[in-house]
Amino acid sequence: MTMIGSFDFDVIRRSLPYLFLEGMRFTLTLTALAAFGGLVFGTLIALMRLSSYKVLGRIAGFYVDFIRSLPLVLVIFWFYFLVPYIGQWLTGASRPITVGAFASSLITFIAFEAAYFSEIMRAGIQSISKGQPAAASALGLTYAQSMRYVVLPQAFRNMLPVLLTQTIVLFQDTSLVYVLSIPDFLGAASKVAQRDGRLVEMYLFAALVYFVISCVASYGVRRLQARIAIVR
Amino acid sequence: MIEINHVNKWYGPSFQVLKDCTTSVAKGEVVVVCGPSGSGKSTLIKCVNALEPIQGGDITLDGVKVNDPKTDLPKLRSRVGMVFQHFELFPHLRIIDNLRLAQEKVLGRKAEDATAKGMKLLERVGLKDHAKKFPAELSGGQQQRVAIARALAMDPIAMLFDEPTSALDPEMISEVLDVMVDLAREGMTMMVVTHEMGFANKVADRVIFMDRGEIVEDAKKADFFGTPRSDRAQKFLSKILQH
Repeated sequence: MTMIGSFDFDVIRRSLPYLFLEGMRFTLTLTALAAFGGLVFGTLIALMRLSSYKVLGRIAGFYVDFIRSLPLVLVIFWFYFLVPYIGQWLTGASRPITVGAFASSLITFIAFEAAYFSEIMRAGIQSISKGQPAAASALGLTYAQSMRYVVLPQAFRNMLPVLLTQTIVLFQDTSLVYVLSIPDFLGAASKVAQRDGRLVEMYLFAALVYFVISCVASYGVRRLQARIAIVR
Repeated sequence: MIEINHVNKWYGPSFQVLKDCTTSVAKGEVVVVCGPSGSGKSTLIKCVNALEPIQGGDITLDGVKVNDPKTDLPKLRSRVGMVFQHFELFPHLRIIDNLRLAQEKVLGRKAEDATAKGMKLLERVGLKDHAKKFPAELSGGQQQRVAIARALAMDPIAMLFDEPTSALDPEMISEVLDVMVDLAREGMTMMVVTHEMGFANKVADRVIFMDRGEIVEDAKKADFFGTPRSDRAQKFLSKILQH
């Protein structure tokens, strides 16, 4: 009783601008950019895996297995400290290059999402009947054109619900950047919680916000799925 | 126009799907290829534009060797139209965009020229009013007519038909065959894999009969229907002409 009695809603109200204008904006930006980058590189990896050049397929397969067997939070942490040295090595600079926490976490998430999205796009490409690329080839389209204009748009459309569901998972996973003390939504909530000593209120509120956004988004995906099913 | 010389093809190490096939299609000629299923007729026609590779012999198309690694296959394929058993329209594109895609991306035509050409061909196959629809909104027969129009939009020097009516309901077969008959009468060079002997009788110059990967009979239409030389062709004809 005492806990509920001392529940301070005002701390939430007071911190709303900070939580959403800074925290949530960061979270959504990271989610959107990581999803986009992950889709682009994931599609390339999927094409490598399905390529008739066996070596490309092996490299892509190894990459996906490698990424999927590492804990995300570890890689975020590790990458943050390693990227400056990789950059130094690549550019030949005399000292480690400075990479912001945002750039570093974005690279990590793109690398991770590329592995997950590549499996989705691979399934999507394989769901297109062989007759489609054959018809594209018969019209004189090159392999690249056949992929670009015929196969990938259909694969993407067929897989859109799964891609969006994975993006919702990504939205939740971006909270792991808290290990770099970045003020994403959870990080922002955490800062206020620590500062004002209102841990229960802030973490409950943060949980509620993630829950509501993810639920609404999932509902949207199910609606979309039903519509796609009708169109097909 | 199409020269097929001693072509051999295997699936895997042991199954030979084409055995020493030799034939040709002259400019303006209509050649029908028939035979029981599994006889290799569809495989043969897919080898003509290198959708299927061959392991022996060679194929030339308008003087260009198809099975030469140096041949620019996309360019070569863009000059021959192909119509598939299952239509293979692009389901995510509207009908008119199905007709525009290769005209613009392969031939480099301007959007308005490609659209004009596409509309003209849709009118020709009687589907002008359906230009803005998606393939799934059309019947099988309509889709196949669009597929023919799509191939014609590339101004092909020859047309390949791979069982164009096999996936259609009976009442839709004639609308597709009508388009093909018109095309044949206009002098289009055509190689047609089909069981439609009525079509063969009407417009074919020659009929090729295949069985178990071999060209068993390759004869002028009158000779083929009059007095097929091989037992196998006779048996096949008696079976499909029975009803």
